[in-house]
Amino acid sequence: MKKLVIAICSILVVCLGLGLAAQKLEGNSSSSGNKNLIIYNWGDYIDPKLIKKFEKQTGYHVIYETFDSNEAMYTKIKQGGTGYDIAVPSDYMISKMRKANLLEKINTKKIPNFKYIGSQFLGKSFDPKNEYSIPYFWGTLGIVYNDKYVKQGSIKHWDDLWKKNYRHNILLVDSARDIMGLSLASMGASMNTKDSLKLKMAKTKLDGLGPNVKAIISDELKMYMIQNEAAIGVTWSGEARTMLDSNSHLHYVVPPEGSNLWFDNIVIPKTAKNKKAAYAFINFMLEPHNAAQNAEYIGYATPNIKAQALLPKEIRDDKQFYPSQQAMKNLQVYQDLGPKKVQEYNDLFLEFKMYGR
Amino acid sequence: MKKRKLIFLVPYLAWIALFVIMPIILITVYAFRDEHGFTLSNFSQFFTNGTFLRMTLNSFWYAFLITALTLLISYPTAYILSRMKNQQFWLLLIILPTWINLLLKAYAFIGIFGKGGLVNSFLGLFGIGPANILFTNAAFIFVAAYIELPFMILPIYNAICDVDPAVMQAASDLGANKWQAFKRVLWPLSKSGVQAGIEAVFIPSLSLFMLTRLIGGNRVITLGTAIEEYFMTTMNWSMGSTIGVVLIFLMIIVMISTSSSASRRKKREVKL
Repeated sequence: MKKLVIAICSILVVCLGLGLAAQKLEGNSSSSGNKNLIIYNWGDYIDPKLIKKFEKQTGYHVIYETFDSNEAMYTKIKQGGTGYDIAVPSDYMISKMRKANLLEKINTKKIPNFKYIGSQFLGKSFDPKNEYSIPYFWGTLGIVYNDKYVKQGSIKHWDDLWKKNYRHNILLVDSARDIMGLSLASMGASMNTKDSLKLKMAKTKLDGLGPNVKAIISDELKMYMIQNEAAIGVTWSGEARTMLDSNSHLHYVVPPEGSNLWFDNIVIPKTAKNKKAAYAFINFMLEPHNAAQNAEYIGYATPNIKAQALLPKEIRDDKQFYPSQQAMKNLQVYQDLGPKKVQEYNDLFLEFKMYGR
Repeated sequence: MKKRKLIFLVPYLAWIALFVIMPIILITVYAFRDEHGFTLSNFSQFFTNGTFLRMTLNSFWYAFLITALTLLISYPTAYILSRMKNQQFWLLLIILPTWINLLLKAYAFIGIFGKGGLVNSFLGLFGIGPANILFTNAAFIFVAAYIELPFMILPIYNAICDVDPAVMQAASDLGANKWQAFKRVLWPLSKSGVQAGIEAVFIPSLSLFMLTRLIGGNRVITLGTAIEEYFMTTMNWSMGSTIGVVLIFLMIIVMISTSSSASRRKKREVKL
């Protein structure tokens, strides 16, 4: 018994000591005054060297926290008690946060580097006047295939996924909007449709895809595609970039009949405590050299035109990741359809997961 | 003296109130509400929707299969274990896997069942081409059974150990063959352990959702999957809570139906 008490006490003492030491270390780097900038971003979604550079240039101390889904981020910011100065939600989530009055207005005049952002990335439906958000990265939804199992060039359209020879060989990303959306796009319908009949038809068409589907997963998809586990995967361009970099047999295709165009954007939540630092950070990230460095590190497409020009030629000219203006015409940005319709999309998707096999 | 005993109860009661009773009350409240106030529509939606009913059936069916498989493996194991020499050591080996994080074990199975994994390379030795093992129902049931195994073996082992070996000897002295002795003596006497094991395995299996995703590739859909979707994706908390409440009721039914017969059995003890 005595030994146990001693053991427990010593563990407690060690924990206390470590805690104090950690606090002291933190305290040293952030001296008095509001020199902290708290960033709430997706995991591994910024080049860490840029954070170091920003700290050095401006003297702010950056605290970097991460989330893994828009919904988780929304819930945390909505519940309050957080002091995030910067967050990076996706398009539909911005309209949702705006409606919930969670976003601070951004005065783009105070951001000199804002001018480098291409006009085709501004004024999108989720923020028509760009009052609340600054585009950070953008990308598409598409098909990754492995030329070990699939003849190169034989997959061009969504409909190719339905072919019988890919039985039990397709991995889908676990996202109702995207999978329902690809079925809608393959029928020539809008990916934002609110028409219940069209949605039902899209779901019925998806059921036909069921036998080809091997699994419906999220982050693990990347690993499986790299390990040649499946012939075809449906995923986002950013994920595809990482896969392509690790496995030369993989190719990425965006079907020309239509696909999703998504944006991740920098916003300033209402909870921000240090707006000045937030503005400084946004401007810093939009600086073309920094934006190019970040884009090269992350592998997603940057909306910063000047930065695009600074990227290595093979990245810049890759039509699958930087599609031409013409190809971008058929890409659709998801709109916030309201809880009722979102539920309908998800219910149909759940039904597909259950019955379609 | 009595007062001091009450003081010791305080942490326990606080724990139960905060982490068991409060959450149950909260999800019950959510289940009976929508944006306008009190409603029963969530439940009527649940019980009139084919998808939900099918999902409930699915959950039951898979939980049943997992429990049956674990029982099939556990009973003989527990029996052999109780007749072995270094029992503590063998017991330790069975408990050991529970020290490893569940996620880690699931990831290990991804490696084992994958196309280039252990099983397929082994099959490859005999010229059998890479088979689809990962993301099948069989793989899901196998991994779930593997994870639940210790929770079935332990109560059965304890129950068998409690059976006086003399009782078994008496049975054979009186002319019972091995099968009869098992059927008439050992099985009834160890049944309480079996029931405890079934409860410990069946109830968590009803709402397994992480394994359905990692090993089942979301091709096995149970109520757990739906709860996750309603809470995390669509943020329709009242419907998610409704599914939760239904699940709690199912679990209570399972508890009552197994424990009522267990308590009757408990009195069956043979002393020689």
